[in-house]
Amino acid sequence: MLVKPENLRGAANICSGGGKHPLAAMFGADETLRGGGLAIYCLFYNAEKRSLDVLKTEFPAEGPFNYPCLTTLLPAAAWYERELHDMFGLVPEGHPDLRPLVLHESFPSDFHPLLKQTPVDCQCHGRREYEMMTSTGEGLFEVPVGPIHAGIIEPGHFRFSQAGEAMLQLDAKLFFTHRGIEKALEGKTPWEAMPIIERICGACSVANSLSFCQAVEKLSEAQVPYRAWLLRTLALELERLYNHVGDTGNICAGVGFSPVISMGARLKEYLMQLNELLTGSRFLRGLIVPGGVTMDADDKILEEIDDVLKEVEKVYADMVHIMWEQANFVNRIRTTGIVRENTAFDLAMVGVGARASGIARDSRKDMGFGIYDELDFDVVVEHSGDVEARIKVRVGEVAQSLSLVRQLIAKLRRNADTELQADLGQLRALEGSWGISESARGDNIHWLLLDENGRLDRCFIRSASYPNWPALTVAVQGDIIPDFPLINKSFELCYACIDR
Amino acid sequence: MLKMLEAILAGKIATENIETTGSKRLRGQLRCADGCSGCGRCAAACPVQAVAMEQGRPQIDYHKCLFCGRCVEACAEKALSHSNKERLADILSDSQVEVSRTVTAKLGRSLHVRHLDAGSCNACDFEMGATSNPIYDLHRYGIAFVASPRHADMLMVTGVVTRNLEQALRMTYEAMPQPRLVMACGACAAGGATYGSTYAIVGKAADVVPVDIAVPGCPPRPSAMIVALCAAADMLDERL
Repeated sequence: MLVKPENLRGAANICSGGGKHPLAAMFGADETLRGGGLAIYCLFYNAEKRSLDVLKTEFPAEGPFNYPCLTTLLPAAAWYERELHDMFGLVPEGHPDLRPLVLHESFPSDFHPLLKQTPVDCQCHGRREYEMMTSTGEGLFEVPVGPIHAGIIEPGHFRFSQAGEAMLQLDAKLFFTHRGIEKALEGKTPWEAMPIIERICGACSVANSLSFCQAVEKLSEAQVPYRAWLLRTLALELERLYNHVGDTGNICAGVGFSPVISMGARLKEYLMQLNELLTGSRFLRGLIVPGGVTMDADDKILEEIDDVLKEVEKVYADMVHIMWEQANFVNRIRTTGIVRENTAFDLAMVGVGARASGIARDSRKDMGFGIYDELDFDVVVEHSGDVEARIKVRVGEVAQSLSLVRQLIAKLRRNADTELQADLGQLRALEGSWGISESARGDNIHWLLLDENGRLDRCFIRSASYPNWPALTVAVQGDIIPDFPLINKSFELCYACIDR
Repeated sequence: MLKMLEAILAGKIATENIETTGSKRLRGQLRCADGCSGCGRCAAACPVQAVAMEQGRPQIDYHKCLFCGRCVEACAEKALSHSNKERLADILSDSQVEVSRTVTAKLGRSLHVRHLDAGSCNACDFEMGATSNPIYDLHRYGIAFVASPRHADMLMVTGVVTRNLEQALRMTYEAMPQPRLVMACGACAAGGATYGSTYAIVGKAADVVPVDIAVPGCPPRPSAMIVALCAAADMLDERL
């Protein structure tokens, strides 16, 4: 649907259907090279149609670039609109917090990198204002943390406004690892883009490549071979497994519960070695390409996967047992870091975060991408929205993923196809296309458009962590500051994924 | 409680010897066989310009190499292939030191490392975390990650240096006591070519701080990191 900027808000209200179709993503595009102006695209989940609804508005090339903001109507739009302001200079009127998001202090305030007139390697320096949001009042104080943290963690700056031990407010300054990936992709063919797509984020390599490849494949008449889908799905579930198993252990690092940290780290290592056995990369890189996959898995590899997973399942069960029998551990995680269902709903949260707060959103079921419709699995949902719920969702999903991998192994053994890659032929140009896949953190969406030469004109990447980050700042309110690492780890959000 | 005791007591020692050879499919160091016709397709296929043709043979810049396999795929004569051996850190590359011997010699030495993510995709960081897991147990070599640059002998940089982190990298380096080392860990920090050059990227680590040791890999496997760390412990010893 195409509307005028002044009508975007009303149209978004209709598209969201009173929240029935949450806002999945919002991004801009510079279409001046194609005779247009600037554009904003809004994507809404539509579970009934098993699709994303696209709402678009266009601004004339010469401006004005103002429009009534969506944030006050759909809180999930808050960060997207800040990003649009940074990257394109679009101004959402009435936005309650239009501070910079992506570009920090060293950039000039009128620098908008995703405009076509800005060269990709433009090195201009200036001084932007970036003020942290804090609370003031008698007895209140601030605790600044990061961007360089004490452990081996990605960079982010957190500013806590404290009332004694209790966290009153948290402001997160992220996008430190912003590499300009969306701009770097412009002008590349999908094939040339793949090494970068796989390196948006280490822990979501498969999810990112799968979303991107699906978006590309929708622009072709060719069908991805069935066996390729079996292997892709296997890789996606193996990625979920090593993330969830490692994260379960890592959450315990938030409270110094050493035996479980070690068990989790050990299991994760075995799973990473399995990844290398299958794809030659511990992060499953190099397998998924537009049109299919590059490698097959023979019976020997499948058997090895089966064997390792048996051991992982056994030790993981022990690990979970040990966690739940420690009353003092359960005491720390129960009622800590609560995200209520209506908050999760308003922020259009995804993945483990949403499912722990009672929202059964899972793109494997909702969208049924790839071959998930023929696989048997349940969406694990908890309702308390606290750290305990997020652990329980992960534990449940590990069991589901183990079952999925076994179903896939059985199918791969029965399937005698040898074709792994389809020739995509000529890809349709000037047609927006999206792809979705479910990473360990939630659904991951890529949107792209190719120019007449089959090169990327625009590629937008919305990782699963993007909608969940703002929820973290809500979850910590009222909890004590020593619980922050615990709450943070229970979400286990990527920085690299959202920073791009 | 009983289950925990059972798990601790019944569990065997998980720690293994460090192997720098991976699974059969591991895309490790490249080798070029005699069949090479010098056509240069490998160099053209490389997404990060890590392959240069010199006297009709491909020369690999392992600092930039992503080990993605594109050059091998492009090779017309099937002369180029990946071995499943890791490419080791740069100061070790010409002396094929037997790892176990090096490791024994390192026992009793100490190296304290501060990690700094200058703009990585988090794969290097995850692998760095894995060096401390029970399988690799980095502590057995007297090497430990510390919480502050003030306590560190070496800064281990991952990722291309982004504009948003350039200042943090400089300040962290300046906060370290001397003698100090810097390790550029992985293709981004060592080569800086992973994403091309963009408005948001300053470059490789060496463009901002002096780098003493570079670890190839995208990401380097934990074993390659440990070999590099042991080598770094040696370098520090020389400087003290």
